[in-house]
Amino acid sequence: MINLTINNKKLQVEEGTTIFEAAKLNNILIPHFCYMENVHQIGSCRICVVEVEGGKTLMASCVTPATEGMIVHTNSERVRDVRKVIFELMLSDHPKECLSCWRNQNCELQDLGNLIQLHEFRYEGAKSKDVIDSSSPSIVRDSSKCILCRRCVTVCNEIQGVGLMNPHHRGFSTFIGPSEDELLGESVCTNCGQCVLVCPVGALKEKDSTAAVWEALYDKSRTVVVQTAPAVRAALGEVFAYEPGTLVTGKMAAALHQLGFDYVFDTNFAADLTIMEEGSEFLERVTNAFNTKEKNHVLPMITSCSPGWIKFMEHRYPDQLAHLSSCKSPHMMLGALTKTYFAEKMNIDPAKLFVVSVMPCTAKKFEITRPEMFSNGLADVDAVITTRELGRMIKDAGIDFRSLEDGEFDSPLGLSSGAADIFGTTGGVMEAALRTVYELVTGRELPGIKLHIKPLSGLNRIKTAELKIENPLPAYSFLNGVTVKVAVTSGLKGAAELLEQIKNGTSPYHFIEIMGCPGGCISGGGQPRPVNDAIRTLRLEAIYREDEGKLLRKSHENEDIQMLYRDFLGAPLGHKSHELLHTVYAQRSKN
Amino acid sequence: MITTDEVCNVLTMTEQEKYDLLKNVIIDYERKESNLIQILHMAQAIFGYLPVEVQHFIAVQMELSVSKINSVLTFYSFFSTQPKGKYTVSICLGTACYVRGGKEVLNKLKSVLGIDVGATTEDKIFSLSVMRCIGACGLAPAMTINKKVYKQVNPNKIPLILGMLK
Repeated sequence: MINLTINNKKLQVEEGTTIFEAAKLNNILIPHFCYMENVHQIGSCRICVVEVEGGKTLMASCVTPATEGMIVHTNSERVRDVRKVIFELMLSDHPKECLSCWRNQNCELQDLGNLIQLHEFRYEGAKSKDVIDSSSPSIVRDSSKCILCRRCVTVCNEIQGVGLMNPHHRGFSTFIGPSEDELLGESVCTNCGQCVLVCPVGALKEKDSTAAVWEALYDKSRTVVVQTAPAVRAALGEVFAYEPGTLVTGKMAAALHQLGFDYVFDTNFAADLTIMEEGSEFLERVTNAFNTKEKNHVLPMITSCSPGWIKFMEHRYPDQLAHLSSCKSPHMMLGALTKTYFAEKMNIDPAKLFVVSVMPCTAKKFEITRPEMFSNGLADVDAVITTRELGRMIKDAGIDFRSLEDGEFDSPLGLSSGAADIFGTTGGVMEAALRTVYELVTGRELPGIKLHIKPLSGLNRIKTAELKIENPLPAYSFLNGVTVKVAVTSGLKGAAELLEQIKNGTSPYHFIEIMGCPGGCISGGGQPRPVNDAIRTLRLEAIYREDEGKLLRKSHENEDIQMLYRDFLGAPLGHKSHELLHTVYAQRSKN
Repeated sequence: MITTDEVCNVLTMTEQEKYDLLKNVIIDYERKESNLIQILHMAQAIFGYLPVEVQHFIAVQMELSVSKINSVLTFYSFFSTQPKGKYTVSICLGTACYVRGGKEVLNKLKSVLGIDVGATTEDKIFSLSVMRCIGACGLAPAMTINKKVYKQVNPNKIPLILGMLK
């Protein structure tokens, strides 16, 4: 243990604790800006400087370890003066257009201004370049607002392993992004949006699609359909000051009806459908592996719901694409069904349908532009808005979200099982798939408390589980005694680890779930800010609560799914399924 | 280990030979990210500058993103993404050279050559760059043309010095 004094308070902390952490543990707040616990602690902004007695200069408390006998002052005259100057210098190169900025009232620089009282701007000087890169369908980069905190650099390099966001040049010419000859939209960017999620200001934001949605809503000749991803209901409440982890499913459905959407469907319905298709595909691959002589199987099979992950795979492992499930992501499936099954059923011209997906994800904005996502010349989904954008639309429409009575999803694409809910969190797709696959193979329920596979939940980077098949149904007798090995990862660095194993031929797994964002969709690039592990955990628990609160827990027991196969699709992996619900992937360049 | 002297005969090399040499350099440096700056030095010695194509080549060989390569090379003024002229004229603007008139020498260079810092004359003879202290403060203001150091440079002498080279 280390003894130190902060602001005349004698403290004891463990060795290796930084001054910042020591202060925080003892309820001393040091104003800070770029710091992100366990993620980004490089002292780049210098706001958290403190005075250490005997030290020549002030020190950034987030990177300075506490040492024995240290005497620290966080609010001395010198510290407050310097902190103020650092803040003023930051602002001297920042456009002060807060009222027209997307981050107004939700900006960490404004929050800092609330702490460091500033009543005049003393410094006017050179300004950084104001380059706006809007080439990407998912992310817009506005370098004039960037304050060079480098959080996006850390997540893009260290957490996601993409390595696209980097500082270039120096001094006032410095900008953060791909290299100067590259545009985001033409780069290896996966569109995951984790950089957008951690940006403290308005320098990185989602490409806005609300204008297109408003236009469609006001167009009387169109039937506007909306669907919501599983993770949205576990985070949207935060936009309206609910505690993280508050489920707002009913209020969300009510708000969407009030906004004027003609039909409010649930992406969860298509998550159940994904399980039917992907589960069948997995069984087909497993059958090929264990029950035929050809051995032309490709295992492990990897889930394909996360478009950020898909693009990463296409760039980084173009030779391994056969491992990907051919299933479209759930919202694309729902879009395709809306413009065929639903249009037919309701006798609506598919060209007059406008499908909006509310997603926790920025990569979905890119996904709908892929040429594979058009059927008969019509886009499966016409617009994607993020959870944050939906929050803005609800506010803009003057809807008092907190006082809304719970609403419901519409039929026939609105009913879903608990298995679909957990698609929103890391480990969920795998658990949902195994609930169905295990039962199809053995005729018995998946073993485990409340149908959960405990080792697959939580925020660890790579999680694994084994499931031994005993006494299967006669049709699957060849699987008797087989141990199915599965792995789950979220965040692209973990994905690369599992893919390297596949590339080297050492992967022991049969089935792998990969979600592009750490924690899964609950902390996708389109979710409300801030996101940290504590908030991830609360959202994750909410998702499991939603699942456990339902009587219907397994995808194959969803009656509307059964009706869809009976009336329209035929059987899983059938001709119509292949046409509407499955896709192909593209080989992309490594750089 | 390949040395800078060995890359001196690059003038007679084909593009393919240059890339092969660079590949060997990268292998010599064990494809380590921590050796990136040395590799960029050698690459610039081989190609004269570091165009996008060379950055891509290094990125693929080292399994790094091209953005990462670009990030490092744009930080250091030594590296250039533009082709350099036959002579690189560099004026020192470190503190000593600055106070002894380095700025006036730079302005004279700009007007005589008709180019800005970082640019190359149309005839590809001269490139202009600025250095921050080369450790020759006793010679201030100091200027280098390729590897030759010129001491106590008087702005009025600039046309003469450049004319002799042409």
